[in-house]
Amino acid sequence: MSKVHVQTTINGEAVEYLCEPQQSFLDVLREDLLKQGTKEGCATGDCGACSVLLDGRLVCACLMLGVEAEGRTLTTIEGIASDDGLHPIQQKFLEHAALQCGICTPGFIVATKALLDKNPNPDETTIRYWLAGNLCRCTGYDKIVRAVQAAAEELAQEA
Amino acid sequence: MAEAVDYKYIGTSPVRPDGVDKVTGRAQFAADQNMPNTLYGKILRSPHAHANIKSVDVSKALAMEGVYAAVSGADFPGGARGKVGGEGGGDIGDVARNIMARDKALYHGHAVAAVAATSLTIADAALAMIDVEYETLAPVLDVVAAMAADSPLLDATNFTKNLPETPDKPSNIASVTVLTRGNVDEGFEQADVTVEGEYHIPMAHQGYIEPHACTATVNEEGKATVWCSTQGHFEFRSMTSKILDWKVGDLKFIPAEIGGGFGGKTTVYLEPVAVLLSKLAGRPVKMMMSREEVFRATGPTSGSVCRVKVGAKKDGTITAAKAWLAYEAGAFAGAPIGPGAMAIFAPYVLENFHVEAHDVLVNKPKVAAYRAPGAPQSMHAMEIALDDIAREIGMDPLDLRLKNAASEGTRAPYGPKFPAIGFKECLEAAKAHPNYTAPVPEGAGRGVAAGFWFNIGMQSSAEVRINEDGTVIIMEGNPDIGGSRASMCLMAAETLGVDYERVKAYIGDTESTGFCNVTGGSRTTFATGMAVVQACEDIIAQCKARAAATWGVDEDQVEWEDGQAIPAPGVNADVTPMSLADVMASAHKTGGPLLGRASLNASGAGASFSVNFVDLMVDKETGKVDVLAFTAIQDAGTAIHPAYVEGQMQGGAAQGLGWALNEEYIYDADGVMENAGFLDYRVPVASDLPMIDCQIIEVPNPRHPYGVRGVGETPIVAPLAAAANAVRAATGVRINDLPLSPPNILAAIDSD
Amino acid sequence: MARIVFHDQLLPATNGEREIEVTVENYRDLLVVLEARWPGIGERLAKSAVAIDGQIYQDAFLEPIAANSEVFFMSRIEGG
Ligand code: FES
Ligand code: FES
Repeated sequence: MSKVHVQTTINGEAVEYLCEPQQSFLDVLREDLLKQGTKEGCATGDCGACSVLLDGRLVCACLMLGVEAEGRTLTTIEGIASDDGLHPIQQKFLEHAALQCGICTPGFIVATKALLDKNPNPDETTIRYWLAGNLCRCTGYDKIVRAVQAAAEELAQEA
Repeated sequence: MAEAVDYKYIGTSPVRPDGVDKVTGRAQFAADQNMPNTLYGKILRSPHAHANIKSVDVSKALAMEGVYAAVSGADFPGGARGKVGGEGGGDIGDVARNIMARDKALYHGHAVAAVAATSLTIADAALAMIDVEYETLAPVLDVVAAMAADSPLLDATNFTKNLPETPDKPSNIASVTVLTRGNVDEGFEQADVTVEGEYHIPMAHQGYIEPHACTATVNEEGKATVWCSTQGHFEFRSMTSKILDWKVGDLKFIPAEIGGGFGGKTTVYLEPVAVLLSKLAGRPVKMMMSREEVFRATGPTSGSVCRVKVGAKKDGTITAAKAWLAYEAGAFAGAPIGPGAMAIFAPYVLENFHVEAHDVLVNKPKVAAYRAPGAPQSMHAMEIALDDIAREIGMDPLDLRLKNAASEGTRAPYGPKFPAIGFKECLEAAKAHPNYTAPVPEGAGRGVAAGFWFNIGMQSSAEVRINEDGTVIIMEGNPDIGGSRASMCLMAAETLGVDYERVKAYIGDTESTGFCNVTGGSRTTFATGMAVVQACEDIIAQCKARAAATWGVDEDQVEWEDGQAIPAPGVNADVTPMSLADVMASAHKTGGPLLGRASLNASGAGASFSVNFVDLMVDKETGKVDVLAFTAIQDAGTAIHPAYVEGQMQGGAAQGLGWALNEEYIYDADGVMENAGFLDYRVPVASDLPMIDCQIIEVPNPRHPYGVRGVGETPIVAPLAAAANAVRAATGVRINDLPLSPPNILAAIDSD
Repeated sequence: MARIVFHDQLLPATNGEREIEVTVENYRDLLVVLEARWPGIGERLAKSAVAIDGQIYQDAFLEPIAANSEVFFMSRIEGG
């Protein structure tokens, strides 16, 4: 099967690649572009470890085809920190011990970014439902929810 | 002897040293390893739960363009039919057969062949070209039926171990464990109330979010390097060496960051296969399991049937207890019946008890360790029985447990007397907890249960090196699965008296650090922590000697305080104190660089007890459970990094609640797991849970320099019965089986 | 004399004796005594853990055993 040529933007950078038509965007990211901060936990859309932003919208990279990135703008975990350092969400995850093994963390941070971009002041229930697509097996979510609350506060103060 | 002391660093919760890489996506997990020229390895799995393998032919796959290696059981030492492993005890032989079936497929998903190809797509196509001829057999799926004399057999050469008489017929019962004291019949005669029940719990999976993955590369000299996701790379090296019959020295294992394990990554699945494929292909081979493979072929924990009978007097004194346990081993012997039997009555003073536990083969995946292996299943039964007794005699469930609680000097059911333990302290703390004194919310039910785990020590090594600026490098060999680098740094900072920020911890591979047993059994902070403390003490001794030499005084005239060598009080020396950096500055004159080391086989891990209580609401129309509040109280000995101790308690609570409320392996009649994905095997998500309130009790373990007990395992134990007891309180209906899922709750309410 | 207690799984190896009393200095010497009494038992004991005066050892060796010590053989414990 011949490969498809794709032009897209990832974390502000123009990227070109060839992919198989049936290849998931997650596979392209991880195995071909070696952007491996985005994780695979299930490849079926159930765990959120592969969360990325597609034109600002939260999607599972494993449910998206590589060819669907054509002409779009994507943000991955590698694009969350800025030249000034960690994003406040990342900082709060650290301070609140919101990661244990850390495999779910990139997905949670990207999902949290999408939430706070949309709703800067979510209550606990909103946070819990928004993050319900991201599985964490280590933390019991308590410290993750607190980190998100703290990040929201921090961002509100910065604004 | 550890006492309640004020520490400077221990007991604080700083940011972990590996944190930044883990929030930015830089951290390298096993599937993130890349090497030029890598092939992808994939495994062909049995479509039958029980079948004889008549033949496996990989030749068509091997002939395909882009396929560089293909193997089946016949390519491993021992071949398709011979004895595997060559070790006494046979365990490693079982692991060898588990990672690649030989003459029999023993569960749906059992590996039967593997290929290495230039792409995942080609590897998948190649698997489809492998011919396997099966002769299907009746699957054995029910643990009690499997024990019957007329059950089909998984292994016709299995004769039950540990029976008084060697049996003359083979059976699916791999072994029996009995634990007994006093006279149970007399004990029951003294009882005013007796409760009795049979409790069923299905298999559950550890559910780590990172699937198993590894990359192996074997060079032309026959030396292998393996990157993998493991809780213990030294043990992985040893298992791989035995399974492949390779020299240990020809195998180097590098632990990647690990995306969760909970016991499930203490044994190999892919690594020996990847090494063999790489050897045959002459190229690196990367293997990554799909989530479905993780469910079908890696370690769940045992499903179980427990029958328990408990008798007590009106005042709450337990007079006798009896338990019969049957645990599913899966396809090979090894269900955690020993710990299950030893744990079930461990929290209580008991004069008369009898436990009989069975390790039973069934056509399901070979079980692997899962957090406090064996304890949740048996203690679920006991803690429910106690709840029923408390209700019958009209006693608060915490008071009932306090009445019978084990404490220092109590003889544990498994023999020895307990040293200092914190169970009573946990119960008292629960009674006084504002969440417990608060009334149960209208319509909800509250359930209480206790938990316990032994904790273990075992072998650890650590090295501590000092840089010329006085910063400290720790090198040890326990993969950091939940923040252990931070705990190591805290203990080193405390011992040396230097700032936490000046200490870094690294996890060495099998060739850059001394042997360490697995990260598991709640041993890392305890045992490896002890090695780190001793290595730091080694550094201090060296610094004192060098300061003495520099000052021209005796070594015993030098003390170590706040990170520097100082003259002992009364020593008349006009000298400037020497910090680590000062010692390093003159190290070229005083004996070379500072290198501290320690290796040990730690004993004296202290048992950790817990008390949990949960408030939950049951929707009687749908059977859905809403968890309103959860409180976890546990004795940690000393909490080195309290935030990560809480993290263990909260994570264990979530796993325990998941197992209690929803998680289960569902099998069809052919032995095919019907829910091998996160959509249908439902682990708790954020919206299923409330905040999990933690109270850490600190009864220091006298056998650790800072009083550590180990905390990782105990938290999963109590939530099972706590949830079941809360559902009983909320609905008035006692449900003995897990999970307490909507259909099961509805069925119980309807039949009541 | 120290009190030595065997768990049920060891009873076949001790001809059903659950408990004995011996005088030894340490664990290594205890194993020598037990092996002399019940040849072959050492191999089974190597697969057990042992508690000496309340402390559990997965691999004991030179741990002292006093006149009033209690020694319990028990199943090995692993963990997750
Ligand atoms: S890997 Fe995409 S949701 Fe799990
Ligand atoms: S921290 Fe391990 S899965 Fe979330």
